Amino acid sequence: MSDPMTVLSEHTRHDIDTWVAKFPTGQQRSASLAALRAAQHQNNGFLTVELMDAVAEYLQLPTIQVYEVANFYSMFEVKPVGRIHISVCTNISCMLCGSENIVAHVEKKLGIRTGESTPDGKFYLKQEEECLAACNNAPMMMIDHVYYEHLTPEKVDQILDNLK
Amino acid sequence: MSRVMNQVVFEPLHLPESWTLSAYRSIGGYEAWERILREKVTPEAVIEEVKASGLRGRGGAGFPTGLKWSFMPRNAPGAKYAVCNSDESEPGTCHDRDILRYNPHSVVEGMLIGGYAMGATAGYNYIRGEFLAEPYVRFEAAVQEAYAAGYIGSNILASGHQFELYSVAGAGAYICGEETALLESLEGKPGRPRFKPPFPANFGLYGRPTTINNTQSFASVPTILRKGAKWFAEMGVANSGGSAVFSVSGHVNKPGNYELPLGIPFLELLEDICGGMRNGKALKAVIPGGSSCPVMPAAAILSATMDYDGLRKAGSSLGTGAVIVMDEDTCMVKVLERLTRFYRAESCGQCTPCREGTGWLNRLVRRIMAGEGKKSDIDLLVDVANRIEGHTICALGDAAAWPVQSFVKHFRHEFEYMVDNGGRSIVDDPARRAA
Repeated sequence: MSDPMTVLSEHTRHDIDTWVAKFPTGQQRSASLAALRAAQHQNNGFLTVELMDAVAEYLQLPTIQVYEVANFYSMFEVKPVGRIHISVCTNISCMLCGSENIVAHVEKKLGIRTGESTPDGKFYLKQEEECLAACNNAPMMMIDHVYYEHLTPEKVDQILDNLK
Repeated sequence: MSRVMNQVVFEPLHLPESWTLSAYRSIGGYEAWERILREKVTPEAVIEEVKASGLRGRGGAGFPTGLKWSFMPRNAPGAKYAVCNSDESEPGTCHDRDILRYNPHSVVEGMLIGGYAMGATAGYNYIRGEFLAEPYVRFEAAVQEAYAAGYIGSNILASGHQFELYSVAGAGAYICGEETALLESLEGKPGRPRFKPPFPANFGLYGRPTTINNTQSFASVPTILRKGAKWFAEMGVANSGGSAVFSVSGHVNKPGNYELPLGIPFLELLEDICGGMRNGKALKAVIPGGSSCPVMPAAAILSATMDYDGLRKAGSSLGTGAVIVMDEDTCMVKVLERLTRFYRAESCGQCTPCREGTGWLNRLVRRIMAGEGKKSDIDLLVDVANRIEGHTICALGDAAAWPVQSFVKHFRHEFEYMVDNGGRSIVDDPARRAA
């Protein structure tokens, strides 16, 4: 068992509390997505069993309920990955506008394939299956929830070079 | 002929900081909500007005919004919920993102009015997780502004009416756009659609009466009540009242989100609004309503009008209004590979036909692309799609089947060419290249 008071930071616990308050009393399970997001953020981009157990304990849920949520949703990582998550949209509209070239360019620049992280643990190039809903500004990518649109290889270079 | 654009959900978009309360109020925002409370307009009257407007769900299914609201047992005691579906994720669709970013108060006011009409005690707007940095922030800021102005909360504008409104974020799952999967997700569970009946109006969030409407549907309501059902209905055509935002993407000169009256001819949308085909190429195909709608060859879409009946008669559907335009250089087999990969990845896995079938569909297309396909694989594709369609709890199964059936129906020669030529695409045919 992992003690949420030590495993989860005060900031994370406070964040979870604000989410629990959005739901009726006794429905704290509703906050499990937000709690996992906060825990993942605290841990620089991925979840561990210890973190998931702490979230379960904090929300008073069976651990299995938290594990299944962490494994169901694509924005949770349950294996160690890089800190900065890059998702290049390759769905239909972006594909029609050349997203394959953008993916190839990012892979070449970072020296990794899609699904891998850079050895320094900085970047994680995610296999993004979903359409990210910026179709008329294609091609686009999302980096830690921030959208970058109308991409060209030159623009991708600038964006990645400016990330700390 | 020039069309008047941006009359409803995009009305304030020309204003600086259009997402603020002051900008929204300058176009008459919250006047409808204030009038309902001040004049004690009955819920029945609100529902009748929305019914008369002809507003249909903009999330893809096109179900009449007013009728949906009438299904709520609004006088039942206890908690009841109005839920907004901002899990925008149908490939090609990107207008709800702009409504949330640029006109979030219209969604807030729409949810307040809808909640009032349905007797709801609280509302949740479920926003896809990828929208966390911008659309979510804008919507949440609008909620806080509306609370501070007294439009939400207990004893709203001293009327005695009470309603709480919350923003919630998802975490990446196409299936959560399905309304019962969305409810599961709101309850903090994996987003697996529920078997129906019971329908959400009777057994929804936490087992309480709940109605789910799409972002654009809610956002349309304040203007309907302000300018009148008749005004809205007459903007569109029969069975397709009002305007809709078309998300035009792909091979056009000016892709964009354009709010236009329903019934606009596709040709006008393409040529006058979107500046025609990019690089002077010929049009090959269009998916008119998001990736789940049947694809239409150029000849069929060029004579169609963009409304529910017009697109249905032409062999497809208005869906979400996401118009995906493909030029003559597009390989339809490759496009179908991407779509089948998407549905395979996003199937929640609880129904066997969908879980297994979507994998089969993708593997078959990939086999053809790898030059290992047989002619019989093309029929097998349709056979597998037919065995998914109608055999699953939710519509994701149908959504996976319809592109396959329609791509093969209209572009079978591209699949046959690839089988005959060891995986080479028809767009790379040497004779065509030489021409």
